[in-house]
Amino acid sequence: MKFATETIVVAIAAFLALLGAAFAADDAFRAHAYVLFLVLAITTVVFLRRVETVPSEGSKFSIFGARDTGAYLDNVVRAGVIATVFWGVVGFTVGVLIASQLAWPVLNLEPYLNFGRLRPLHTSAVIFAFGGNGLLATSFYVVQRTCRARLFGGNLAWFVFWGYQLFIVLAATGYVLGITEGREYAEPEWYVDLWLTVVWVAYLVVYLGTIVKRREPHIYVANWFYLSFIVTIAMLHVVNNLSMPVSFLGAKSYSAFSGVQDALTQWWYGHNAVGFFLTAGFLGMMYYFIPKQANRPVYSYRLSIIHFWSLIFLYIWAGPHHLHYTALPDWAQTLGMVFSVMLWMPSWGGMINGLMTLSGAWDKLRTDPIIRMMVIAVAFYGMSTFEGPMMSVKAVNSLSHYTDWTIGHVHSGALGWVGMITFGAVYYLVPRLWERHRLYSLRLVNWHFWLATIGIVIYAASMWVSGIMQGLMWREYDDQGFLVYSFAETVAAMHPYYIMRLLGGVMYLSGSVIMAYNIIQTIRGVERTEIPMGEAALQPAE
Amino acid sequence: MAKDKGNTLEGESPEVKADPVARGLIRHHDKIERSATLLLVLSFLVVTIGGIVEIVPLFYLENTIEKVEGMRPYTPLELAGRNIYIREGCYNCHSQMIRPFRDEVERYGHYSLAAESMYDHPFQWGSKRSGPDLARVGGRYSDEWHVAHLKDPRSVVPESIMPTYAFLANTPLEVPNIAAHLVANQRVGVPYTDEDVENAKADLSAQATPDADTAGLEQRYPKVTARDFDGDPSRITEMDALVAYLQMLGTLVDVAAYNPAPGEQR
Repeated sequence: MKFATETIVVAIAAFLALLGAAFAADDAFRAHAYVLFLVLAITTVVFLRRVETVPSEGSKFSIFGARDTGAYLDNVVRAGVIATVFWGVVGFTVGVLIASQLAWPVLNLEPYLNFGRLRPLHTSAVIFAFGGNGLLATSFYVVQRTCRARLFGGNLAWFVFWGYQLFIVLAATGYVLGITEGREYAEPEWYVDLWLTVVWVAYLVVYLGTIVKRREPHIYVANWFYLSFIVTIAMLHVVNNLSMPVSFLGAKSYSAFSGVQDALTQWWYGHNAVGFFLTAGFLGMMYYFIPKQANRPVYSYRLSIIHFWSLIFLYIWAGPHHLHYTALPDWAQTLGMVFSVMLWMPSWGGMINGLMTLSGAWDKLRTDPIIRMMVIAVAFYGMSTFEGPMMSVKAVNSLSHYTDWTIGHVHSGALGWVGMITFGAVYYLVPRLWERHRLYSLRLVNWHFWLATIGIVIYAASMWVSGIMQGLMWREYDDQGFLVYSFAETVAAMHPYYIMRLLGGVMYLSGSVIMAYNIIQTIRGVERTEIPMGEAALQPAE
Repeated sequence: MAKDKGNTLEGESPEVKADPVARGLIRHHDKIERSATLLLVLSFLVVTIGGIVEIVPLFYLENTIEKVEGMRPYTPLELAGRNIYIREGCYNCHSQMIRPFRDEVERYGHYSLAAESMYDHPFQWGSKRSGPDLARVGGRYSDEWHVAHLKDPRSVVPESIMPTYAFLANTPLEVPNIAAHLVANQRVGVPYTDEDVENAKADLSAQATPDADTAGLEQRYPKVTARDFDGDPSRITEMDALVAYLQMLGTLVDVAAYNPAPGEQR
C-alpha cells in the first residue's frame, strides 16, 4: 500500500483538528480548526483514493502528463511552478481589490472583506505564497542541477511543499477571520507559526542534505544565496514570533516583547524578510537562470563572493531605518541608516554581476522576451536598491515615512524585481519540466513583459507623486504659522493617484493572467503558430 | 534549444569564469565552497551580528526601559478593545507614534515616549498613515463621535476612505476568559497583580456598565474612565471595548510634566 502511513497520520490530524474545534477556547480558533479539519479531511480522501488506485510504482505519478523518470525529483518542482502561477494571480487580484477599496471605500464589505483584514492577505499572498512557492520550486530545481544530485529525503520535499501550502491556507483564512498577531508580514498566530517552523526545518534538511550529497566539488553561488535565505528566515521567524498563547486551544497570543524592543525585533524581522526572502533567495534565482537563459557564464566570480558576504552581513543591520524619529534610541536609528546606505554597494554589485553576465549576448534582448524579463528584473532591483538607501537617510525619511512613497518603493521591488525574475524563471522552467519544444507563445511573453513593465511604472510614479505630495501637505504652514491642510484634505487629494495606481495594478494583473494562459497551453503541449520574435511583423508572404 | 538535459545527471552548473588573478582571501574562499557545513555556520554567524548589536542593548539601556509617571497596564475592557483594534488591522492605516516634528506635534500632540508603549504586546506603532495618527486620540472626540465614525466614517468625515465598522455595535463583547488574557500578559512581563487577575471579569463589565460599582476598578487602574461608551447601556458590545480603548490612548502620561534625563533631549 502506497501512502498508508501518510493517510493514517493525516486522518488522525483531521480528527485532532475536529477535537480542537470542539474544545476551542474562542470562536476564532473554532472557525480556524474547522478550516484545518476540512483541508485535512479532503487530503485524507485524496490519499485514500490514491491508496486504492495507484500501484506501488513511484514513476506512475504524474503532474499533467509529466513524470519523474530520470535522476531528479522534479514533480515537486512542477507542483511548485503551478502553485507559483496560481498564488501570483490570487495575490495580484487581492492587491487590485484593496487598491480599489482605497479609491472607493464603499467596496469594503464588513467585517470579513474590510481593508484592514485584506491588506495582510494581499501582502502574504504575494510575498509568502507567490514568492515563497517560486523560491521552493526554483531552489529544488537549481540545487539538484548544480549539485548533480537527487533531492535528499525523498518525499520530505513533498511534505515541505504541501506543508507550506497548508501554512498559506491557514494564514490567509486566519486574516479574513480576524486572527492576527498584528505585526506586519508576521501576522499569522502562534500555532500557524509553529507549523511553519516545522515545515521550514524540513526545507533546510532537504536543501542542505542535497548539498551534502552533491557530486560537484564546489557549491555553486546560487546555492549560497538560497542557503543563507533558508537559514536566516528560520532565525528571524523564530525570534520575531516568540509569544505567549492565552490558551492552548485559543487563537490569541501576546508577543514576548513590548514597545521599543518589540518594534525593533519586528523591523529587524521585517526588513530582513525583504533582505533574505525577497532578495537573497531571488538572487539565487538570478545566479542560475540568467546565465542559463543567456547561455553565458556568470560575469565575475570575485564579485559574487564579495557581493554575497557583504550583502548578508550588512542587510541585518538595516532594520532600524523603519523606525526613524520614533522612540527608538537615536544611536540605533543612525546605525540603521549608515548600514542601509552601505548596503547600496553590495546590492549594485549583484546587479552588475547579473547584467554583465549578458555581455556578448545583448542581442538576445531583441529576440528573447524571457531574457528581457530577467534584465528588467535586475534593472528594477538596481533602481529599488538605490531608492531604499536614499529613503533610509533620516532627512528623506522624515518626509517619506508614513506616506505612499514607501508603498511605491516596495512595489517597484516586489513587482519589478521579485515578480519579473520569477516570471522569467517560470518561463524558463515550464518547457523543460514538461519536455515541450518551446513555450506556447513568445509573443504572449512579450505582451506580459510590456503590460507588467508599464504597469509598474504607472504604479510607482503615481505613488511617488502621491507620497511626496502627502508628506509635503502634512508639513505645510501658511505665513501666519498655521498648518494649511487638515488630514482629511490630504486624504481627498490622494484620490486621483489611487485610481492611477489601480490602473497600474490592473495592467500587472492582466500580464500575469496572460502568463497563466501561456503556461496552461504550454503544459497542454500546444504551440501557437506565430512570427518569431525579432523579425519584422510585416514581412511579405513567401 | 529547449530539449533539456534535466534527466541525465550531466553537469549543468552555469560555469563561472575562471579567475586567474584570485589572490589573498578570495583564494581561500575555495574552502568554504567545498564544505556545506562551513558555509552554513559562517553565513549564520555573519547574519547574527547586526541583530545582536542593535537589539540586545534595548533591554538594558535606561531610556528604553525607564518608567514614566502615570503608565499603567490596560484595564480588561481596554485590553479587549485593543485586541479588536489588532483583529481589524487598524495598524495597517493608523500609526501610534508621533515623531518630534513641529507639524506632527501640532497635529497630534506631544511626541511619543518609549515608555508609553511599554505594556504593548505587540507594539502598534504602525508604518503608514492612510488615516491620522492615533497615539493621543483619547479624549479628543466624544464617544458619540467615535460611534458614529466607526459605524459610517463618511457621516462625520466626508473625505474619509475608512471602511465601516457598524457590526461592532451589534456584536456582544465575548471574551470567554479575560483573566487568562491578563495572566498571559503577566507572563510576558506586564505587572498585573493577582488581584487584577481575580477581578478581571468584574472589572471588564463594570467599566462599561452605567452606575456600576467602580471603586475597585478605579483603585486598580488610575485615570480609568468608566461609562457606557457605545450609547447602548443595555449590553456590552465590541463597540464599547474599542471606544474605551481609543478614548484612553495617550491619556495616561502627563507629558507636560515629563522631564527627559539630560542628554536625552531631542
